[in-house]
Amino acid sequence: MTKVSMTVNGKAVSGDVEGRTLLVQFLREGLGLTGTHVGCDTSQCGACVVHVNGESVKACTIFALGCEGAEVRTIEGMANADGSLGVIQAAFQEHHGLQCGFCTPGMVMSAADLLSRNQNPTERDVREWLEGNICRCTGYHNIVKSIMAAAATLRGEQVAAE
Amino acid sequence: MYAFDYARPASLAEAIEAMKDEDAKALAGGQTLIPTLKQRLASPTTLVDLNGIAEIKGICLKDGMVAIGAGTRHAEVADSADVQRLIPALAHLAAHIGDPQVRNRGTLGGSLANNDPSACYPAAVLGLGATVHTSAGRAIAADDYFQGMFETALGEGELITSVDFPVPEKAAYMKFVQPASRFALTGVFVAKFLGAVRVAVTGASESGVFRWPEAEKALSANFSAGALDGVALGADGMIGDLHGTPEYRAHLAGVMARRAVTAAG
Ligand SMILES: Cc1cc2nc3c(=O)[nH]c(=O)nc-3n(C[C@H](O)[C@H](O)[C@H](O)COP(=O)(O)OP(=O)(O)OC[C@H]3O[C@@H](n4cnc5c(N)ncnc54)[C@H](O)[C@@H]3O)c2cc1C
Ligand code: FES
Ligand code: FES
Repeated sequence: MTKVSMTVNGKAVSGDVEGRTLLVQFLREGLGLTGTHVGCDTSQCGACVVHVNGESVKACTIFALGCEGAEVRTIEGMANADGSLGVIQAAFQEHHGLQCGFCTPGMVMSAADLLSRNQNPTERDVREWLEGNICRCTGYHNIVKSIMAAAATLRGEQVAAE
Repeated sequence: MYAFDYARPASLAEAIEAMKDEDAKALAGGQTLIPTLKQRLASPTTLVDLNGIAEIKGICLKDGMVAIGAGTRHAEVADSADVQRLIPALAHLAAHIGDPQVRNRGTLGGSLANNDPSACYPAAVLGLGATVHTSAGRAIAADDYFQGMFETALGEGELITSVDFPVPEKAAYMKFVQPASRFALTGVFVAKFLGAVRVAVTGASESGVFRWPEAEKALSANFSAGALDGVALGADGMIGDLHGTPEYRAHLAGVMARRAVTAAG
């Protein structure tokens, strides 16, 4: 076992892990942050997406020890300080961007990375960006709508829900 | 996954030392290796994480060529202003590997060391006639580097450090995406240099990426999609699987080559 230390959602954390411990295992089993999901474990579905040093990555395809000293952000870190839903989360609720919700943490984290790079994405940009996030329920349409709405809200525009 | 020790060298020299253990394996972006370890298809005793080595990262211009460190991630190549300006086809290729999360981790060196027969980067390296530099001080020409499916000229424990890409007059990469894996079902990289055209095909052959001499000859004489009329690949030695027959892939290579020539302009 080796000690690993990182910052998760703004809090310094550490724990003992094996070389083969994946970041997603450390988050879920070590820290009890079960909002990050494992859908496939074969690097394809994106349910496990978190941010490492500001960039979205698949937490099932990176080792905990590879994140020594890193800033990690998970879905648990996306709410506002008072516990209310963050802008992207609220948009998913408002625009029915989820059904069973299994893919949602990954969708939100992936969307947050896109919106930090591109404040004004087209619908096509959003669809292409979601290449690595698989949803079995929604058909993606409302997910795309949610992300477009979140982008508009973050730009300070008024958005009407349908 | 079997258990292994995790080494984090801070310099190339330390990594070379750690790789002397014959059961050690390098870890770059992990986008191929970690799934392989999960399937227990590899059982290294030590994993040597290259991510902390600054010397093998980054993009610079060198003798009129674009030099890219082996540890440079696909997203950085895609976003690089230098690559976009000098070899836009390479930036475009990197921008269409897998998905954003794969591009945020996966590296040039990892892709080339793996030499998956359907990977994108091998087509660019062979199509541009790039040079692969290694920790053993070797400079390996692309024509000598790729030695068949998952086979390369790298020796035991030898690491890729950087790749020099010559700047073509024009070039383009077209891939027909296999929608489940997002790799190339077949992809073609076409590059026009002063006096010569190179054409590299990935995703098609059981021997991995290859050059297509008949297409190169036709395009060197006349760089237009029409020049490829009557130039066809045989189905012999092409990959046949549930996604496509050998005949389909051979045909697709021709279609992608024409599209690449048109895209190169
Ligand atoms: C969902 C998904 C979609 C993908 N789609 C595509 C695609 O469309 N096109 C495509 O080309 N690829 C695709 N890939 C593969 C991706 O590009 C990988 O990132 C790449 O093949 C391996 O790079 P890596 O840095 O992740 O290497 P790793 O997985 O860390 O390593 C791969 C191999 O290379 C060795 N290695 C790593 N670095 C070095 C080095 N510097 N010197 C010597 N050996 C080294 C390792 O020991 C290992 O054997 C996809 C992967 C996934 C998971
Ligand atoms: S669980 Fe990580 S990509 Fe599916
Ligand atoms: S809402 Fe069920 S998988 Fe996306």
